[in-house]
Amino acid sequence: MTTKTAAPSSTDRIEKHVTLSAPRSRVWRAIADASEFGKWFQMKLNGKFTAGTTLMGQVTVPGYEHIRTEMKVEKVEPETLFAYSWHPYPGDPKKDYSSEPMTLVEFHLADAKGTDSGTELTIIESGFDALPADRRAEAFRMNDGGWTGQIKAIAKYVTQ
Amino acid sequence: MSRSNAAPIFSALGDETRLHIVSRLCREGPLSITRLSEGATVTRQAVTKHLHALEDAGLAQAERQGREQVWSLETKRLEVARRYLDDISAQWDAAIGRLRALVEG
Repeated sequence: MTTKTAAPSSTDRIEKHVTLSAPRSRVWRAIADASEFGKWFQMKLNGKFTAGTTLMGQVTVPGYEHIRTEMKVEKVEPETLFAYSWHPYPGDPKKDYSSEPMTLVEFHLADAKGTDSGTELTIIESGFDALPADRRAEAFRMNDGGWTGQIKAIAKYVTQ
Repeated sequence: MSRSNAAPIFSALGDETRLHIVSRLCREGPLSITRLSEGATVTRQAVTKHLHALEDAGLAQAERQGREQVWSLETKRLEVARRYLDDISAQWDAAIGRLRALVEG
């Protein structure tokens, strides 16, 4: 996979760069259409992606369906930028995360250089430093399970 | 830190009381057993036992200050922030793989 993570020493942000062999219009639809987004992000959303709206997302990975999160759509600029803020991977369904700071997720789209129909996609998630330390400790425990679930999902997908 | 070295850490954190102790040491810095027992739902003896379990996993350490032992997190070993981000980063890689399959398929 042609992804790379920038600035590995930073604890505040994650940045991913990827070149996809698909036109921008196709990549845009996969990101900005809530039902298509849900397919690869493994999350069921209860509405459409419109700037300013807040949606509820429910994880669709088997065994993790109890995990829900709020997603606030920040920016929708067709085929250029899609951004939302959310509470990343809340682990405790009984706890109210709504007062906690959110992280911002941005999808930047551009034409890939030197190809006819490729798309350069940059994904940035930022704002982790503002999360409380105990939240990180909890997510630390939770995410090992989450990651194991992801590996299972991929294994299932590639062997189908 | 490799996955196998991390196993005792997950095990040590896989308990509500110990996770609560780690959270408090994260938020409030070094604390005595007396302070850690205040407001806890378990006995002082139980808190002491959990602290030793965290110590065995290399997550906490004790230092004598006067008549009391003061406990603090072994942050180098814990590396919570860094690993948290590593895991989120890995989840993004997996998600990007599925996105690629969807748009290139």
